[in-house]
Amino acid sequence: MNQMIENLSPGLWALAWRRLRADRVAMVSLAVVLLFLLSVLLSATGLVAADWEDEVAVNYAPPGFVGPDPALAALARPSLPAPPNAFDPLASDLSELKTELARHGKTTQAVKASTLPFGADKWGHDIVKKTIKGGQTSIVVGLVAALVAVALGTLFGAVSGFYGGKVDDLFNWFYSIFTSIPSILMILTVAAVLQTRGVLTIVLILGLTGWTGPYRLIRAEYIKHKAREYVMAADAIGASGWRRMFSHILPNVSHVALVQMSILVVGFIKAEVILSFLGFGVPVGVVSWGSMLNEAQNELILGKWWQLAAAASAMALLVTAFSLFADALRDALDPKLK
Amino acid sequence: MTDDQPLLEVRDLRVSFRIDKKRTFEAVKGISFSLPKNATVALVGESGSGKSVSSLAVMGLLPVETTIMHAGSSIRFDGRELLGQSIEARRALCGKDIAMIFQEPMSSLNPVFTVGFQIGEVLRQHLGMDKRQARARTLELLEEVGIPDPANKIDAYPSQMSGGQQQRVMIAMAIACEPRLLIADEPTTALDVTIQKQIMELIARLQKKHQMSVLFITHDLGLVGEIADRVIVMRHGEVREEGSASQVLRAPADAYTRALLHCRPKLDERPVRLPVIDDYLSGRFTADAELPQRSRGYLPSDDNVLVVENLQKSFYLREGLFGKREFKAVKDVSFTLPRGKTLGVVGESGSGKTTVGLTLLRLHRATGGSALFEGRDLLAMSDREYQAYKRRIQIIFQNPYASLNPRFTVGQILLEPMRIHRIGLNDAERIEHAHYLLKRVGLPEQAFHRYPHEFSGGQRQRIAIARCLTMKPEILVCDESVSALDVSVQAQVLNLLQDLQDEYKMSYIFISHDLSVVKYISDRVMVMHHGSVVEMADSDELYRNPQHPYTRTLLAAIPSGA
Repeated sequence: MNQMIENLSPGLWALAWRRLRADRVAMVSLAVVLLFLLSVLLSATGLVAADWEDEVAVNYAPPGFVGPDPALAALARPSLPAPPNAFDPLASDLSELKTELARHGKTTQAVKASTLPFGADKWGHDIVKKTIKGGQTSIVVGLVAALVAVALGTLFGAVSGFYGGKVDDLFNWFYSIFTSIPSILMILTVAAVLQTRGVLTIVLILGLTGWTGPYRLIRAEYIKHKAREYVMAADAIGASGWRRMFSHILPNVSHVALVQMSILVVGFIKAEVILSFLGFGVPVGVVSWGSMLNEAQNELILGKWWQLAAAASAMALLVTAFSLFADALRDALDPKLK
Repeated sequence: MTDDQPLLEVRDLRVSFRIDKKRTFEAVKGISFSLPKNATVALVGESGSGKSVSSLAVMGLLPVETTIMHAGSSIRFDGRELLGQSIEARRALCGKDIAMIFQEPMSSLNPVFTVGFQIGEVLRQHLGMDKRQARARTLELLEEVGIPDPANKIDAYPSQMSGGQQQRVMIAMAIACEPRLLIADEPTTALDVTIQKQIMELIARLQKKHQMSVLFITHDLGLVGEIADRVIVMRHGEVREEGSASQVLRAPADAYTRALLHCRPKLDERPVRLPVIDDYLSGRFTADAELPQRSRGYLPSDDNVLVVENLQKSFYLREGLFGKREFKAVKDVSFTLPRGKTLGVVGESGSGKTTVGLTLLRLHRATGGSALFEGRDLLAMSDREYQAYKRRIQIIFQNPYASLNPRFTVGQILLEPMRIHRIGLNDAERIEHAHYLLKRVGLPEQAFHRYPHEFSGGQRQRIAIARCLTMKPEILVCDESVSALDVSVQAQVLNLLQDLQDEYKMSYIFISHDLSVVKYISDRVMVMHHGSVVEMADSDELYRNPQHPYTRTLLAAIPSGA
């Protein structure tokens, strides 16, 4: 350990990156997370899945690997002449009208697919595109809200733990109020105050109510660290309080914030589901993994499992990759670990 | 089985640890020694010598996953081979026939059980006593190890006892089953000198009374003269010297042993530079070489940089809902500190010596008194005014592992104070200065880009010294700055501090519990007890002619070394 080796120790981030590159799990999980972020970017710019609302398949078209549903496939043939119907005196006129319209090219009735790679929903939307579009909402909500919550929690926790005394009392008082109200009630209150519905609102709701967990942990870490000798030494050389808090202590407690972050991302993606269910989530026109799961509840009774499977597996994949990456990042940022 | 068969016989013990998949580290490289019945053998060495690993191997306490015991190693206890026995068989032996006491009594005792319960547990486990028998025997044991009022203390929790009493409880637990072998791993290192003396006497007395064998592990050669029959000196996993205590201490055959004996500052001499291990190993020094001596003491012509008057510091402990109780950590302490001189502050734990240092640096807020620096009271100025003085009065802490931020490179550590105080014109100049200082404190320049954890304790203390030097302070407070270091490293750091004082004319306030180190480095010594100064005199005068009874007690407790 005390041996001097010839090559130099690089900076903290360069060192962290070098360690991450050597860690196969970290690189795979990072690739997965980046892939998801890329899909968010592409769908936000409209390059991918912009046409998810096109009804390209029959209602509840099953995935390709399951095979077409004969009952539904029958509905997908609009070109078939209607069978003669004794009870509908206008049936023959109607079919005449239809062929007339078709001849003039006025009809847009395309042939609907009977199967899609991952199936279709109630309206015949492509599930793959819907999942990508839904991911755009959910990932943004989960990541940004978790970022807001952890940033607030870290800032409050740092100030409160570092200064102690009256400042600490004030923040603890705030904390007690926030945690004494049941979280769902709290969320509803904030939602009612903010009035407008949209992705930004959800981010604010979750971020403003979710800081309490990180706050408590970060505060405890700061109380522990502020009495450490390295912080006293920094005080002795004249480092300001702000500098001691964020340049000395924060890197040493960042692992707590990182772990909290990965827990909150998962929690917030799930919370958006509940909010959507209660009608405080994303507006009706916007799709999210939460709203997909919500729809899937009713579909399951009919045996249409693919929407649930798509949303759930996308979520599970992202969350697992994110947790693994956060874990690896925490290790990589600790210069003591080899 | 004859009677002169040794109780413990270690033959060719080799222990390695797995560091990762490929690398291993050999901690003990084939050592052999034997421990006769009814005798005390001391295993002496610095950190990394393998002394603790050897004792843990005897106890069978090494971590199974990472330890490699080499074939051919043998540990025989009373004629029985211990290596290769099942964990259950070893466990039955440990605690009953072989017992161990550790360095930190505070962390060796479980804080949520009473001491009576913890001692009783050993008795019930190994001797099958019932609750009442165990309690009666526990009372006897507490009496035997000298705990005052055992009938009350038996129901006390470890936190309600002093460090010395906790170590006595550990000893009571160890001797509860009348073991034939007691392993004491640095049992007094965490304790004050006066307590250390008592514990040493207790172990010696118990050894005679119970006819045990004691394997005494320590880093302090000075300590073993009082207790050991035989001494084994270890370094880097090898035995350097083995012999009777009087031979090893008076006429050491090995250069390393000689070095260890001489690196420690002595009370009766004060060389200009302390000899270090390398001096002996390279043959530059012989044992009896006459070293140039340095004279010390305050002179009337000295120009005072710091005048402290009636310094007071109280802590307030919360009591009940609104009440608070005052605890006076420092009571009316006054002293002067001349330029280029060293004031030593000695005292046992709780004497307030560290609080004095921290209060002077305003790391604690003083409750009263003044500290005049160039005629201005450091304690009365505003934080903004004091900021300019921060660079002129600096501190080096005890624990070099804790006082450097683990996430900063050495370069960042050294540049930070220069940036804060705008020392140097630009970063290029600061970096150059940092490189110069690294060289000055004896570190290679590559250290600049490394993290603190890549250095040993002594090297880290040098980094801490370099950090202070970036600001060219006029006063340096050394708070137990060499106490956590090995004797040989301690000598090197003391030499460095002395050189820097000669070069930069800094004034030191040197706080330590180690009286011989304080005697070596100080011009004047202040003895503190329960927050007050009980005696202050020039260092030679104080040690030659102590006035206060407490000073005399302290001096009498220093291990004689022979």
